[in-house]
Amino acid sequence: MTDLRTSYLGLDLGSPIVASAGPLTGNVETARRLAAAGAAAIVMPSLFEEEIVHDEVELNFALEAGAEHFPEALDYFPRFSVVDSVLDRYLTTIGELKSALDIPVIASLNGASPGGWVGYAQMLSHAGADALELNLYRLATDPDRTAAEVEADDLELIAEVVAAVDLPVVVKLGPYYSAMANFARRAAAAGAHGLVLFNRFYQPDLDVETRDVVPRIDLSQPWELRLPLRWIAILRPVLGRGVSLAATSGVHSGADVAKALLVGADVAMTTSALLRRGPEHVTTIETELRAWMAEHEYGSVAEVRGSVSHSTSQDPAAFERANYLRTLHSWTTPPTLLSTPRS
Amino acid sequence: MDESPGVSATTAPFACLDGNEAAARVAYRLSEVIAIYPITPASPMGEHADDWAAGGQPNLWGLVPQVVEMQSEAGAAGALHGALQRGALGTTFTSSQGLLLMIPNMFKVAGELTPAVIHVAARAVATHALSIFGDHSDVMHARTTGWALLASGSVQEAQDLALVAHAASLRSRVPFLHLFDGFRTSHEVDKVALLGDDDLRALVPDDDVLAFRSRALTPDAPVLRGTAQNPDVFFQAREAANPFYLAVPEIVQDAMDRFAAQTGRRYGLVDYVGAPDAERVVVLMGSAAGAAEEAVEVLAAAGQPVGLLKLRLYRPFPAEQLVAALPPTVRSVAVLDRTKEPGAVGEPLYLDVVAALDEACDRDPGLFTARPRVIGGRYGLASKEFTPAMVKAVLDEAAGEQPRRHFTVGIHDDVTHLSLDVDPEFRPARPEGEVQAVFFGLGADGTVGANKASVKIIGESTDLWAQGYFVYDSKKSGSVTVSHLRFGPEPIRSTYLVDEADFVACHQFGLLERMPVLARAKRGATFLLNSPYAPGEVWDHLPGEVQETILAKEIELWVIDAHRVARETGMGARINTVMQPCFFQLAEVLPAEEAIARIKQSVEDAYGDRGRTIVERNFAAIDRSLAELCLVDVPNAAAIDRSTALRLPDVAPDFVKLVTARLMAGEGDLVPVSALPVDGTFATGTAAYERRAIAQEIPIWDPQICIDCGKCTIVCPHAAIRMKVYEPGALEGAPDTFPTKSFRSKDIQGYSLTIQVAPDDCTGCGVCVDVCPAKSKVEVRHKSLDMAPVLDHRDRERVNWDFFGSIPPLARDLLPHGSVKGSQALEPLFEFSGACAGCGETPYIKLVTQLFGDRIVIANATGCSSIYGANLPTTPYTTDGEGRGPAWNNSLFEDNAEFGLGMRLGLDAQRELARTLLAGLAPAVGEDLARAILDAEQETEPQIFAQRERVARLLAALDGRDDPDARHLRAVAGALNRQGVWIIGGDGWAYDIGFGGLDHVLTSGRNVNILVLDTEVYSNTGGQASKATPRGAVAKFAASGKEATKKDLGAIARAYGNVYVAQIAVGANDVQAVKALLEADAWPGPSLVIAYSTCIAHGIDMSRSMSHQKDAARSGYWPLYRFHPTEAEGEHPFRLDSHPPSIPVRDFVAGEARYAVLGRTHPERAEHLAALVQADVDERWHYYQQLAAMERAIPHEPGPSVEEEAQP
Repeated sequence: MTDLRTSYLGLDLGSPIVASAGPLTGNVETARRLAAAGAAAIVMPSLFEEEIVHDEVELNFALEAGAEHFPEALDYFPRFSVVDSVLDRYLTTIGELKSALDIPVIASLNGASPGGWVGYAQMLSHAGADALELNLYRLATDPDRTAAEVEADDLELIAEVVAAVDLPVVVKLGPYYSAMANFARRAAAAGAHGLVLFNRFYQPDLDVETRDVVPRIDLSQPWELRLPLRWIAILRPVLGRGVSLAATSGVHSGADVAKALLVGADVAMTTSALLRRGPEHVTTIETELRAWMAEHEYGSVAEVRGSVSHSTSQDPAAFERANYLRTLHSWTTPPTLLSTPRS
Repeated sequence: MDESPGVSATTAPFACLDGNEAAARVAYRLSEVIAIYPITPASPMGEHADDWAAGGQPNLWGLVPQVVEMQSEAGAAGALHGALQRGALGTTFTSSQGLLLMIPNMFKVAGELTPAVIHVAARAVATHALSIFGDHSDVMHARTTGWALLASGSVQEAQDLALVAHAASLRSRVPFLHLFDGFRTSHEVDKVALLGDDDLRALVPDDDVLAFRSRALTPDAPVLRGTAQNPDVFFQAREAANPFYLAVPEIVQDAMDRFAAQTGRRYGLVDYVGAPDAERVVVLMGSAAGAAEEAVEVLAAAGQPVGLLKLRLYRPFPAEQLVAALPPTVRSVAVLDRTKEPGAVGEPLYLDVVAALDEACDRDPGLFTARPRVIGGRYGLASKEFTPAMVKAVLDEAAGEQPRRHFTVGIHDDVTHLSLDVDPEFRPARPEGEVQAVFFGLGADGTVGANKASVKIIGESTDLWAQGYFVYDSKKSGSVTVSHLRFGPEPIRSTYLVDEADFVACHQFGLLERMPVLARAKRGATFLLNSPYAPGEVWDHLPGEVQETILAKEIELWVIDAHRVARETGMGARINTVMQPCFFQLAEVLPAEEAIARIKQSVEDAYGDRGRTIVERNFAAIDRSLAELCLVDVPNAAAIDRSTALRLPDVAPDFVKLVTARLMAGEGDLVPVSALPVDGTFATGTAAYERRAIAQEIPIWDPQICIDCGKCTIVCPHAAIRMKVYEPGALEGAPDTFPTKSFRSKDIQGYSLTIQVAPDDCTGCGVCVDVCPAKSKVEVRHKSLDMAPVLDHRDRERVNWDFFGSIPPLARDLLPHGSVKGSQALEPLFEFSGACAGCGETPYIKLVTQLFGDRIVIANATGCSSIYGANLPTTPYTTDGEGRGPAWNNSLFEDNAEFGLGMRLGLDAQRELARTLLAGLAPAVGEDLARAILDAEQETEPQIFAQRERVARLLAALDGRDDPDARHLRAVAGALNRQGVWIIGGDGWAYDIGFGGLDHVLTSGRNVNILVLDTEVYSNTGGQASKATPRGAVAKFAASGKEATKKDLGAIARAYGNVYVAQIAVGANDVQAVKALLEADAWPGPSLVIAYSTCIAHGIDMSRSMSHQKDAARSGYWPLYRFHPTEAEGEHPFRLDSHPPSIPVRDFVAGEARYAVLGRTHPERAEHLAALVQADVDERWHYYQQLAAMERAIPHEPGPSVEEEAQP
């Protein structure tokens, strides 16, 4: 029997397939289906401090707009005893997920203020989350701040949160650090129990008719796995076994999970494939993974994990620049693009 | 949620609340069925009941009452009647016209001797004008119904006598109307000793309840009520109830005595205060007793033989008790009525007292030293201020040898000379240690909310007594609020405004120029001013009059830049928590540290449940506040007059200069009787003189980018941004700054265009900028319209606006009206109303006036549109250069369709008369002219103009003739011109209270145009649910989200087949909206246009009002369609103008607090209802798609078409 068990952030998981942050993991009903289909853990959608603040302020503004203006209408809404905020709902959802599921529930947080990160992290911890994912989603748009300063802030924040809560903390990173390996090692040194690679930024798009900037959310494509694969391969030997690594972005199939494990990930996280195909797709991924392991005679995830990392692959340079060159060489320009246009 | 109404008196003996809440707390706990309907000023009672029920609060018997909103007060009374008959304890709340609608059922309930209580916030009944304010004209109208009438004069009494009313009704079997004065008591916040459940149980014994239940209709012991009786027995049966009425006074007094034993607060049917040997006594009921008691105490203490008799039970009239309560020394009794009964010998209370005394003196001539003389006066109609000085004037009049038997007090009547002179200097001294404070603020800045909190803080956490009364102006945007607060060691009975304030705060610097802020300050008062100027600079920025008053009254001036502090602490425009600590600091009501702690606690109480952000921002503002407060070193002399207030133009009519201007300046109380119209008729077009200058930012036009689309002006709620198309020659004499561009049009060439803002009339809502599609090519965020600080542009735009006004409007027939730009080149005849900034209703009304305003009569249902349409001081409907414009009237809330139909019938009758007369006079006026008029088609603008010209010639031809036919024809000749009737109102009218009439008018076949401004709630009264409220939306009376789906009013109208029906949303499809209105006008039968109207009650950012409308259509939530009846076979009269839904409803509703909040309060229910809302939308789209494919023709006989038949 193939042994799919793995360990992530000190949590014992039944398999390396984790449902990552998305609409499915924020809802008890769909989370239940994910668990039933074999998801080994779920990561809840990120709690955004900015959203909490915006939501509180805007809702209050809306409920109080027009109040005490006019003698016939001293206000425009009923008096509510309790109005749950985004935060309240998030905390409630943690509780609901915990009581509905017997797999670990990982809360995810994106803060905006130094106090906010720590305060909210503690609340998520008290609400019963099994681990906390810090979603370091910020764009370094300030030209007066150096990379070193930005990184120092991140590291301080990680240290503060780790010190403030007594549950495992994993940091989800974007791919745009100029010295990724160094930063990863320092994040671990700051106390992060693991890293999730990588955050997918939702890039804004333009509507050419209205010339408006429009938010666009596209589900991931399998090719996007290649970036985390490379970096996990590189970081696995750097960080050592004490730091968990999760691959995310582009995990769509059992083969993708296998790749993640091969380069050294402890778990592979998937969202887009589940949104496309439904929570039950977890079972398919698991079946494919089992088939692949059986075919390649791996008895356990532990055996697979890290067998093709930077330090264990046959060709470590392949994970570095050479890889890029070879890829270019392998590209053949279609003849149509080379032909001379007719006048 | 308000405090639980079941709280025990032993744990929380005092609370600060208003009269509505005080009465509702008792009514709720003693009822099983509560039927409600919104009406000012009683709505909050129903809202409390609904909130408590939604929160699961039980009544005295552990049951959550059934709270049901009905379609009208008549419906509420009917439901109440039914509940009572089935043995359930019931109540309802109402006012004014609402009470009038309940009267038929009230006769029934009383006739059946059924215990019940209606709590009434007494309010003026509409006559020459509507008034939402307090007097007794409504309850006096109910005095013949057989209900007992019990009057409360204070917030404490509103609670206490509510209980007495319920108790006495159950004991006596006579239903009770418990009344207290609208606004003065219903909205005054006072410190009140609360009643606990024990008190209620002590007054309402089980035996009384069980006796009531034993009479319930039940099939287990069937009886029959409601028989029809014949002349043989009806009379006797009517008299059979007499013993029950005879018993009422004693039962009420017994309940009052038991109440006193339970609570220590003693009341009588009548209570006398004053000199035991009084010779002059005032008799009155209601809140006026507070002011009167103060006056009488002062006068009696000064040795004057005067007294006051406060009447509590008015029906059955306690004649015996009243006579017994008067001192035997009384010689003159002055009875004050807060109502007017034109043509009566005297008002009702006066007549009752006259009769009571007459009967008593006949019975026992020795009762009084001398037979007392009774005089009667009117006071306080529609919350007219009533002060101790007025009471003194009445008592002085009563002292005369030949006092006026009938008089008025509180006004200056220079027509019938009934009014008494009042000594303005007479003021009872205030108790030692009392603080009186007045605060001037804007609705949006949180001043009133903070003051209510201050009253609560002081009243509930100290031994001091506290009172708050709040005066709002009649505008929904930029409204000014004045808060009157009193705090002191003695209970506060002063039922009138503060006029000798120890403390005055002005929360908005700009108000210094608009009103006499320091007029109510006493000598040596403290003045707290929110100033954008530093302490060293502020003096030079004060208007001269303010400087003079500060010096003359030796006022201490303190300033703080509260707007800056609020901005810096994330509070936006809400400066309340910055100003509040300053008040506590300066007024020294509480020690500073304690005050800060208590303010923070009140913030915590108010917002703690809604997350920390708001609480922490408030805390930051509070903490910053005192450090920023500075005392100003006031110079010795006032500077030159720095007043920059806008002045009326010289061309303003005399009425505007003499009357309107005083109303605008807040001096309406001083206007004499002779200055006012006798029948409520006012000239239109006066809003243009008001120029309130309330915007912080205004739109500025860049002609380089403009694409001439007209979208900005079509959506402007206040007609404050205008489009004019003109020949370039019109620019002669234009100021250099006047912007212009060439007008692009396929219809006319060589014209110019200007888009112009009225800088002093714009509210700064930003809707025009939101919809402007013209973006700069080089910098996309710069559009043809950008909001900009008003102070940077005002001077230039004022000049431009004045010049813009001098450009003649484009001839109406030059551009086709069926496009946005074509319609927007037309002059709006509805401008500068007091509607909310960003109002979704007013653009439709304005558009109607652009398209047809010179030839329509409007019937307007009561509601927002009647308030912003016609609330004094000014009127937004106006006229064109020819003096033509909409003629407007508001009848009632419930009858508007019928009212409009009547206008149509009248118009048709006059047209027929005119045609007949004209045919007869043809030889005299010219056969050709007569024939041309009679045969004229008036479908197009040129045809309409041609007919007007012919009718003018006809009038000229008739000039000087005085034969009867000619005189009659002159009077009705106007009806020969095409005129339309527009029936306008909101969804509360069309879907609920007025639906029966609306439905009837739709079937009339008559040519009326009905415009329903559908905000999906009762907007004017504060957002109560109507049958237009969609499923899943939170509204008042639907606090846990409306369960039932929205009524499809259009479907009902379409069912008739011959009614033109359109559903429009100007923000979603402006061209379709214009076309629909044109088609409605053109359709010769009834037309119904249902217009989606974004509203502040939706909980949206109103500057994005039109974007919400777009999303409403895109999601299928508000499908656009036009149903154009036709006689042609094979046609598809239903035209679906929307595209298939392209976004889920979820995306639309997520941005509206009315939906979003349900997810926070009832998450599971929100999910459940959200799914149903999507299903509603899907189903309706599917259904409408099928309708669009269906053929339908109006059944008709071969021959002339309906259109032709309907032509004159």
